[in-house]
Amino acid sequence: MTTYWGVVAEFDSAAAIYKAAEQTTQKGYSRVDSHTPFPVHGIDKALGHGPSHLGWLVVCCGATGIFLAQLMMWWMNAVDYPMWVAGKEPYWWPSTIPVTFELMVLLSAFGAVFGMFGINKLPRLHHPIFSHSTIERATDDRFFLSIEASDAKFDRTETKKFLESIGGKHVELVED
Amino acid sequence: MSATLTAPPIQELAPNIVIRVKDGALNIGKYALLVVGIALLGACFIASMGGDPAHKTRIAFSYLTAYMGTLGICLCALFFVMVQHITRAGWSVGVRRFAENLAGALPLMALLFIPIYLSIDQLYEHWTHPHEGDEVLLGKHGWLNKGAFSVRAVLYFTIWLSLTFIFRRWSLKQDDSGDPALSLRMSRVAAPGILLFALSITFASFDWIMSLDPHWFSTIFGVCYFSGSYMAFFAFTILLTKWITGKGYMRESINTEHYHDLGKLLFTFMVFWTYTNFSQYMLISYANLPEETSFFAKRLDGGWGAVGTMLIFGHFLFPFAFLMSRHIKRNGYALGFGAVFLLVLHWIDMQFLIMPNAMAAHGADAGGADGAAAVSGQFGAQLSTWLHGMQWTDAACYLGMLCLVGSVTLINMCRHNLIPTRDPRLSEALNFQNL
Repeated sequence: MTTYWGVVAEFDSAAAIYKAAEQTTQKGYSRVDSHTPFPVHGIDKALGHGPSHLGWLVVCCGATGIFLAQLMMWWMNAVDYPMWVAGKEPYWWPSTIPVTFELMVLLSAFGAVFGMFGINKLPRLHHPIFSHSTIERATDDRFFLSIEASDAKFDRTETKKFLESIGGKHVELVED
Repeated sequence: MSATLTAPPIQELAPNIVIRVKDGALNIGKYALLVVGIALLGACFIASMGGDPAHKTRIAFSYLTAYMGTLGICLCALFFVMVQHITRAGWSVGVRRFAENLAGALPLMALLFIPIYLSIDQLYEHWTHPHEGDEVLLGKHGWLNKGAFSVRAVLYFTIWLSLTFIFRRWSLKQDDSGDPALSLRMSRVAAPGILLFALSITFASFDWIMSLDPHWFSTIFGVCYFSGSYMAFFAFTILLTKWITGKGYMRESINTEHYHDLGKLLFTFMVFWTYTNFSQYMLISYANLPEETSFFAKRLDGGWGAVGTMLIFGHFLFPFAFLMSRHIKRNGYALGFGAVFLLVLHWIDMQFLIMPNAMAAHGADAGGADGAAAVSGQFGAQLSTWLHGMQWTDAACYLGMLCLVGSVTLINMCRHNLIPTRDPRLSEALNFQNL
């Protein structure tokens, strides 16, 4: 028996997919996503997506950067090889600010980029949704809505019929 | 591209929008602020009438501190308007009209400059009456003399008032004609306008604050003054628009989404203030040259050490943590608190820049043994020294001037449309959402 990843429907415009997204979440589906040629404002709310967790990851990475920078400079300047320069104490906190700032920014940026990759399970060579017959137009002029098979409410025939009823074209089941 | 499109009529964009303040609707705010402002400044003026010259000078310093704090807010309103034009920003069309009205208080600021000009001998005593044989001031005499000072003051106000006049006039003209070419023209004027603004605010801060201590110099000083002022502009804007939107006006053009962005900018320039001030501190402390460190030596004495510490916590660490979250910026009360808090800190920042000069003895350099002794002092002892050195006129001048500027802004608002009704980017502003 074939397993399915989900069902994908095509829409003509940003307004149409926005409306479809609202209807889909109202119907009770939760594992819903949109694939559009450009960002559609407010679509995340219509899809019922909560705020991203990436911010917390970035804060933790930034805090790690601050901690590591301070530890490094304190250990090097005050413990390992204490040196008095220009009448300043070996560990003089104002002089550590630039490096601390840089390391905080660096690790935050790493956290943001690689965290985003991780959360999206990137990089990957293939995704089941690519087997939809017209999906390549998601980068051009069509808007796609997907409901995943892992959704509790998912039903092969019912979900397909539902997407057709709200105006979806090329509604197709996509194999995993 | 958008300049070739004429805006759709406002009634199509938002059917229930109120574009004019009803007659007499904001009168209470308008006149209460005006009366309070005049009363506070008047009280300071009366207080300066009697008493000895030292007392008079002290009040002149209160006035200068308040003036520079408030002037920065009005100037940065003008800067904000120009930045929106040069970036062709869509989100801020409604906020821009408010900023135009706030910049419209600059003629008042020109008027309020007169007392400073009249106190030039007291405030800028160090260079208006230099010591005999002071080689440094002799060398700077070509720049720092009363004639050049006056010419430059006139030049600064000419630049600021003409730019304000141009941007307000064209923006209001667009309300009538709906001509999108005006937007294009304003974005073209904004480029040289920003250049003129940057030069004039830098040299004005050199003339009116840095020259209080004419031996000392810092090339980043103008940026430090600008960054704090721009932050204060956002704080002031958030507060006053909160009050007006609370009265039921401009709700479509300045809603939670716009406050969220104003909060981000408030946060940004609070951090930028820290960045510029730290840059100044860092270079001076690293080089450790006596002619540069005198600035901080003076500010470790007389209780100012505690103020510096307070600025690090109050002007950076606390607001950094407080304003970080989007939930805070999208909550009216929390953002309002942040704005009030930073407006107070802006005043303390201005005090930190200006006031230590009021207390230093004529011609004497602070620092040395005195400075070193003060560093070791306890925070509490320093704080109480600072508080004892304060006067009621310090707060009264700042509050009074903010009230006057607020009142003039409201008067300007009531005379014209509250939002640029036919700006080609208005629909973008009304439908704006943060991602």
